[in-house]
Amino acid sequence: MKFFEFDTINEIFSTMRQSKLRTFLTGFSVAWGIFMLIVLLGSGKGLQNGVSSNFRNNAVNMVNVWPRRTNLPYKGFKAYRRLRFRDQDMEMLKNHFPQIDKASGIISLYGKTVSYGKEYGNYSIEGVMPDYKDIRILSIEAGNGRFINTMDMMEERKVAVINQKIAENLFRGEKPLGKYIQIGGIAFMVVGVETKTSNDENGYCYIPHSTAQTIYNKKGYTDEFYFTVTGMDNPEANEAFTLALRKTLARSLIVHPDDTAAIGVWNMAENYVQTMRIFSTIQLFVLIIGLCTLVAGIVGVGNIMVITVKERTREFGIKKAIGASPATILNSVLVESIMITGVFGYLGMMLGIGLLEVLSLIMDNATSGGGEGPKVFLNPSVDLNIVLIATGILIVSGLLAGYFPAKRAVNIKPVEAMRAD
Amino acid sequence: MIHLEKLNKTYPGVQPLHVLKDIDLRIDQGEYVSIMGASGSGKSTLLNVLGILDDYDTGRYMLDGKLIAGLSEKKAAVYRNKMIGFVFQSFNLISFKNAMENVALPLFYKGVARKKRNQLALDYLEKVGLKDWWHHYPNELSGGQKQRISIARALISQPRIILADEPTGALDSHTTDEVIQLLSQVNNEGITMIVVTHERSVAEQTRRIIHLKDGFIESDTLYVPNLTACSK
Repeated sequence: MKFFEFDTINEIFSTMRQSKLRTFLTGFSVAWGIFMLIVLLGSGKGLQNGVSSNFRNNAVNMVNVWPRRTNLPYKGFKAYRRLRFRDQDMEMLKNHFPQIDKASGIISLYGKTVSYGKEYGNYSIEGVMPDYKDIRILSIEAGNGRFINTMDMMEERKVAVINQKIAENLFRGEKPLGKYIQIGGIAFMVVGVETKTSNDENGYCYIPHSTAQTIYNKKGYTDEFYFTVTGMDNPEANEAFTLALRKTLARSLIVHPDDTAAIGVWNMAENYVQTMRIFSTIQLFVLIIGLCTLVAGIVGVGNIMVITVKERTREFGIKKAIGASPATILNSVLVESIMITGVFGYLGMMLGIGLLEVLSLIMDNATSGGGEGPKVFLNPSVDLNIVLIATGILIVSGLLAGYFPAKRAVNIKPVEAMRAD
Repeated sequence: MIHLEKLNKTYPGVQPLHVLKDIDLRIDQGEYVSIMGASGSGKSTLLNVLGILDDYDTGRYMLDGKLIAGLSEKKAAVYRNKMIGFVFQSFNLISFKNAMENVALPLFYKGVARKKRNQLALDYLEKVGLKDWWHHYPNELSGGQKQRISIARALISQPRIILADEPTGALDSHTTDEVIQLLSQVNNEGITMIVVTHERSVAEQTRRIIHLKDGFIESDTLYVPNLTACSK
């Protein structure tokens, strides 16, 4: 007797039909287990995606350092001295900390008048280095030119990368690439248009850091440092890094080691790692709840299988008396339980995924209506592997739950089995 | 056909019940035998042993020249399917299958294709006079009809022996006659027929009556219907 024969399947369908309620209940507990698991895991993931999407304006491993005033007198310097970062400070940091990956100084000028033809507006000018693009995750789409590059830096070229906002306001549909804009009376050629999907309402205009130093009389200095760090995936490592960074900079700038307020440091990774930690905890929690639901499903399936088999002891006895081998009967019970758990498990999976899709759609509409506010729920999804494993576990446990009582029932002598009523 | 030698069977328990004691019995092909006895005499147990539905403790049971002892369930199922048809007092039809499907079931376990086994089932239903009732479920049929269906089911696998355990126990006198008639007819086709009954009128329709008492064979009488009995 083959395992999946048309006749066998037919037999099984006829037994399923005669006990619709039982079939439904077994199926329901399986479908419910899978459904809950998916909805729980998906919601957890959606929450995580939503919150981490708010980090997306910057690289998650970004560190921002800026100079402030000293608060303590030190080595002949009076307190309240205004600190300035020098080019060599950044070089020193890059050499000192192997964790630093991309690095850029920045010179910021706010409210500069930028004009093209008759159009003009006040925008922020930022003198930056090529790495800045990756640190702030700026994007220039194909056909929109390029970012500031090394040659621009070396030759102090008067080139500018403008963002979408400026392009819209000044060019009004004209192609900005290759055109000259005036920044504080100096002509810069537009070499790129940046289209970061950020929520910036402001216009940003990026020019080479070296050019900004020359034009704005800051030769050898920079306003702030931005860099990304690698290889630190826990809060402790990030904290230690921040501390060491402060110390090294303080030594270089001759600042009292205890004067922590003199140098501003914002380590995004510290925040990010912490938030992600909270979420992995939530995920774990949700997974445990989901597994518990699954266990409830398994117990349900097991229970029903035990009762089923008990109910059918007499039927098994009759079948054996007329020539069914125990293997045949066992086989049909197992195939039946596989079919029920498989079909309903799949159904539960589809329903769960469907609900998540609907949820995702509703959330998307809600946020797009309200602008680009911070998101709490985005793109709920589940790891398909987890779902398949869960379905597998359910099927196997249904099998086991059917197998043992069925094995016992089948081995009862037909006489006794038929007496059981 | 059937040969028992010094067969013993005890039901274990707090008070072990020795139900079959040194039974020696020979039944040849084509015989029509009834086994009689009070309840508890061991007649049903004997039938179960003969039908390989139950095993025995000591002695020998030869069926068609083969020793039946310590068979695996699978092997026993094969023998039952091939050699033996059963008719039970409580019919033992499967309630969620209609008459035709019930009759066809043994062939399912033999691996006969559905179309063919349903056709054969209809043939056998015709034989027991219930062809028009093929689509009825057991709870829609009378006791006599149910028993005729179970006889058809016993016949469909073309067994050498039919074992009937109180086949008329649940029937009124009119349907009893019908069923007995049917059994005789089956026996006339050469199938060995063994009927367990406690009704003398039923036993008298057979050609040999074996009386059991307290696990022994009390008497074994050849019987010519409506004529005199002669001791064997």
